[in-house]
Amino acid sequence: MSTVVKTSPHETRTMPAFDVYRVRKDFPILHQTVHGKPLVYLDNAATTQKPQAVIDAITHYYRTDNSNIHRGVHVLSERATEAYEKTRLAAQKFINAADSREIIFLRGTTEAINLVAQTYGRKHVGAGDEVLVTNMEHHSNIVPWQMLCEEKGAKLRVGPINEHGELLLDEFEKLLGPKTKIVAVGHLSNALGTINPIKQIVGMAHARNVPVLVDGAQAVPRMPVDVQDLDCDFYAVSGHKMYGPTGIGFLYGKAELLEAMPPYQGGGDMIASVTFDKTVYNRLPYKFEAGTPNIADTIALGAAIEYLNQLDLKNIEKHEAALLDYATGQVQEISGVSVVGTAQEKAGVLSFVMDDIHPHDIGTILDSEGIAVRTGHHCAQPVMQRYQIPATARASFGLYNTREEVDALARGIRKVKEVMG
Amino acid sequence: MQELRELYQETILEHSRKPRNYGELPSANHKAEGFNPLCGDHYTVFLNVKDGAITEITFHGAGCAISKASASMMTQSLKGKSAQEAEALFGQFHDLVTGNGGQPEKLGKLAVFAGVSEFPLRVKCATLAWHAMRAALHGDQDAVSTE
Repeated sequence: MSTVVKTSPHETRTMPAFDVYRVRKDFPILHQTVHGKPLVYLDNAATTQKPQAVIDAITHYYRTDNSNIHRGVHVLSERATEAYEKTRLAAQKFINAADSREIIFLRGTTEAINLVAQTYGRKHVGAGDEVLVTNMEHHSNIVPWQMLCEEKGAKLRVGPINEHGELLLDEFEKLLGPKTKIVAVGHLSNALGTINPIKQIVGMAHARNVPVLVDGAQAVPRMPVDVQDLDCDFYAVSGHKMYGPTGIGFLYGKAELLEAMPPYQGGGDMIASVTFDKTVYNRLPYKFEAGTPNIADTIALGAAIEYLNQLDLKNIEKHEAALLDYATGQVQEISGVSVVGTAQEKAGVLSFVMDDIHPHDIGTILDSEGIAVRTGHHCAQPVMQRYQIPATARASFGLYNTREEVDALARGIRKVKEVMG
Repeated sequence: MQELRELYQETILEHSRKPRNYGELPSANHKAEGFNPLCGDHYTVFLNVKDGAITEITFHGAGCAISKASASMMTQSLKGKSAQEAEALFGQFHDLVTGNGGQPEKLGKLAVFAGVSEFPLRVKCATLAWHAMRAALHGDQDAVSTE
C-alpha cells in the first residue's frame, strides 16, 4: 500500500503508508543511549512512549488554557471544557460507541473495571451467583471481581486455556449458567498476546442475558476496535498504553446499563442538585465523573487518539503483525528458548523462557545491551501457574519498533546465553 | 560487559547451577519463607538452632541466579555461627551489595557479590534468602516479602 504525497507543486513522490523510521522521529524519548547502546524499547505492553503531539498538548494546556471545567463562565474555563469534551467525542469515534455519553473518563482500565464491579456488580451479583473470567486475565480483571464475590458470597469461575494460550470456548460456554451474572474477559492478553474471540464470547453470554465487560487495555493500541460490532456491554481502556499519558483512561458502557447503575463516587460534578434532604445525580456521563477530573491528561489523550487516527490503526496492526512474526522466527531459532503463548490469533507480545536461565537474569543482561523488556509474572500470576513457570521475559512491540530492534533482541538473547554459560 | 562479568562471577554461576545445602530440613526448629513478588523468586530457609548456634541450615525454592547463589553461599557461611554472628554478617553483606562500603575481608567468599552494587534492582535478589534467614531466627511465621 502506498500513498502519493505532494510535497511541493513541482515534486510528487511515492511514500509508504506507514514509514516506521519517520514515525520514530515523533517520539523524542527513543533517541537516547542506555548503557552506551541505542535504547531498544520493547516494554510497550507495560506502557508506551509518547509522541511529541501528546507532550505538547499537556504543555499547551498548562501554558494557555488551564482552568476548571464545566461551570466557569470565563474564557479559560470555556476553552478547557471544550478541549476536554473534544476528547470524549474523539474516544467515542475511536471505538465507535453509539453515543459520547457512553464514554466515562477514569484513571485507567483498573479503575474502569473496579467501577463496573462496584456499581453494576454490587447491584446485580448476590449470594450464590457467579462471575466468569478466563485463566489469562490481568490481575486488574481478577481482583475487583474476587473482592465483589467475597463481599456478596458469590463465586468466581475461570474459563480454562489450552497449551497455546487460547481460551477453550466449549469449556467457557459450559461455565455460563443461570447463576452467571457478568462475564469479564481480556481482548488481548498482556502476558501471552492471545486475541480472544470477543464477538463469539459476547454471543454466548448474551444468549443467556449475561452482560460482558472487555478489558481492552492491550487491544486499543494494536487494532481497530468497534464496540458496537463486538456488542460488548462494557469496554475498559488505559490512555498510557495507547501513546497517551498515565493517569487517564476511559470506560465505555452501553447507555441503558450506565443509566441504571448507581454512581461510583460522590462529589462535585456528578450531581444535578444537592440539599441535605436529597441529592439528584447528574446525567451521563457526569454521574460517574465525581470531582475535578484529570483535565490535562484527558486533553492529551485526545492528542494521542488523533495521532493514532492519522497513522491509521490498520497500518499499525499490519506493522506490528509483521514485526511479531519476524521476532518469533528470530527468537525460536535460538536453541534453549521457548515461546510462551502461541495462539493462532495473537498480537504485540512475545513472552519467552530460556532453559536453566531465570527471566530476571535475562532482563538484566538485555538491559546492559540497551534493550528494555519486562521480566516477571506480568500481573498475570494465574497464567504463570497454568504453565508452571515462575515468570517469563516479555518483549512487547509498539508502532515505532523496527526489524533492526528485533535483531538487537536476538543478539541480546545470544549474549544472555554467553554470560550465563 | 565488565559490569556484567562482575555481577555474574563464575563462583556465582557455579553456585546457582549446583546450590549447596539445597533441600528441605524436616528436623528444622526454625524456618521462614522469602518471596519477591516482583519476579516470583521464592525460597524457604530451614534452620536448626541449638544453644544459640546454627547447627544446620538448608534452603529450598526457586529464583534467579543471583538469589539462588546468594542463598547457597549464605548457608555455607552461617553453619556454626551464632544468631548474633549471623545478624552481623547479614549487615556486612547488605552493606556490600548496596555499595555502602563495609569490610569485604570479613565476608570471605561472599565478597563475590560486590558486583551487585552496580545493579540496584538486583539487591533484593541478593538479600532475599538472608531476609528469610533472619525471619526464621526471629521466629516470624509469616513469609517475608521484599516489597
